[in-house]
Amino acid sequence: MIDFLAQHADILITLVKIALLLFIVLTVNAYLTWFERKVVAHMQSRWGPHRVGPHGLLQPLADGAKFLLKEDPTPAGVDKFTYYLAPLMALALALTSIAIIPFGPDPLRIFGRDVYLGIVDLNIGLLALFAITALSVYGVALAGWSSNSKYPLLGGLRSSAQMVSYELALTMSVVGVLLSAGSFSLRDIIGAQASPRLGVFGWNIFPQILGFLCFFVAAVAETNRVPFDLPEAESELVAGFHTEYASFKFAMFFIAEYTSMITVSCLCSIMFFGGWLSPFPASWTFTHFLPSAILIPFGLWVIWDGIRYETIFGRIILPGLGTVITALGALLVVFPAVNEFIQGPFWLLSKIFVFLFVYVWMRGTLPRFRYDQLMSFGWKLLLPVSLANAVITASWILVRGGQ
Amino acid sequence: MNAPLLVFFVLATMAVLGALNLILQRHPIHSALSLIVVMVALAGLYLLMGAEFVAAVQIIVYGGAIMVLFVFVIMLLNAGVEEHTNASKLAGIAGVPLAVALMGFLAAAVARSTDTVQAAAQTGAVAPTKALANLLFQGFVYPFELTSFLILVAILGAIVLAQREKA
Repeated sequence: MIDFLAQHADILITLVKIALLLFIVLTVNAYLTWFERKVVAHMQSRWGPHRVGPHGLLQPLADGAKFLLKEDPTPAGVDKFTYYLAPLMALALALTSIAIIPFGPDPLRIFGRDVYLGIVDLNIGLLALFAITALSVYGVALAGWSSNSKYPLLGGLRSSAQMVSYELALTMSVVGVLLSAGSFSLRDIIGAQASPRLGVFGWNIFPQILGFLCFFVAAVAETNRVPFDLPEAESELVAGFHTEYASFKFAMFFIAEYTSMITVSCLCSIMFFGGWLSPFPASWTFTHFLPSAILIPFGLWVIWDGIRYETIFGRIILPGLGTVITALGALLVVFPAVNEFIQGPFWLLSKIFVFLFVYVWMRGTLPRFRYDQLMSFGWKLLLPVSLANAVITASWILVRGGQ
Repeated sequence: MNAPLLVFFVLATMAVLGALNLILQRHPIHSALSLIVVMVALAGLYLLMGAEFVAAVQIIVYGGAIMVLFVFVIMLLNAGVEEHTNASKLAGIAGVPLAVALMGFLAAAVARSTDTVQAAAQTGAVAPTKALANLLFQGFVYPFELTSFLILVAILGAIVLAQREKA
């Protein structure tokens, strides 16, 4: 048994990494719903969830239990195979795409082996991601078609048209990044943005601002989020493509949507905002204490807030949580090696968090596109601009005599 | 049996079963889904031969864009289950022998070149994207540009036909 494990350590490590990443992503998904409801609520002068647990922190658990325990009826006249396949496909593809994201620059040494943060490092990382995105439209389209109901069918039709249109702009908008990095690998793309001389101005966002805007808009459309949520459009189509889905099959679409939000946020940070690179010059070593400088005051604030909380449960849970956060921050100061190791992941996760916030912010702010506006925006503005960006970048590289 | 060959046979079986299912299914959407399975299996085969770029493009263009359009049109027309008509006699008389002959030729060709199939699956030599780009944009630049011109003409033709119908 031990021999077998030693021989196949790589497979074992990968399996453990997959399990860990799934656990983290699903937990983050659950709390992303809480975060979204809280932020949107505060934007609309409401409190958001605050009954289940202190500040509604146990709401995701309650939601999960509800999804699992609800009755799961299958409507009459559905195309059974496709009806069951669609949510599976949506979820599986969304979760697969996260496997390609690298989360940190340095390997972790465990039992004398280098374990990288990230499941696979593909030569064609970005292309593989686009291939997965290209297939993920089937989840939505087939759900709409197989439900044997007119609102889902309309949602499915809208989504396939929308995703085909915006996929072009999505793919074209990153050509500039690929040209300047000369590689499809996400690691190489981050590496190409690291420049000791330029620092933060070496990031792709400065030369590729057009590409970034096109990419972000197209990616929001690909994930079917506001203002491009026409496939769901609750005020027009009940709930769009997932109207006839209940219980955990609905939850699978939900998780798929949030997971693709996370993937898009990862891609934005990696391709345009330097990934795990710090925005400060390398000589400013005091910025390495930034994680602690955020965690310790935040933890203390949670303790202070928790002592005054109105329920007894909250007065116990919140100070406990605050102590854990403060202790984490203090431990980072005590162990400099750990602190150095988490610098990369810290910056990447911070950038991802900012993009997730922008997603929620847009949902709280923007109205939905009309269908004809959506189509003309995608084909007449986004695609030409991203094409022009690709041509300009290529000419610039040619003039500069690079590659 | 070594691992790449095993993967090859799994993918090949998947592709053949998908293709058979494509013909045998009576509902257009199920046929389209089977075709997607075939496309993805083919992409896997390309990957096995080290052509990563071609594999990814196979999924993006064929598995994604083109098949989404197929599914979209089938959904838009709300096509129901196919009705089986009596096959024409000509198809029976001429088609079956021709199909058998084609199968025979293909099988003979494959049987002769088993070692090349194995070699391609074993080497795992990566055909880099750069080499492919050099071929397309240097060696075969004129055929490549002509093809894109052809596609442009086809798009214009489609637009002209659609406009005429509206007027």
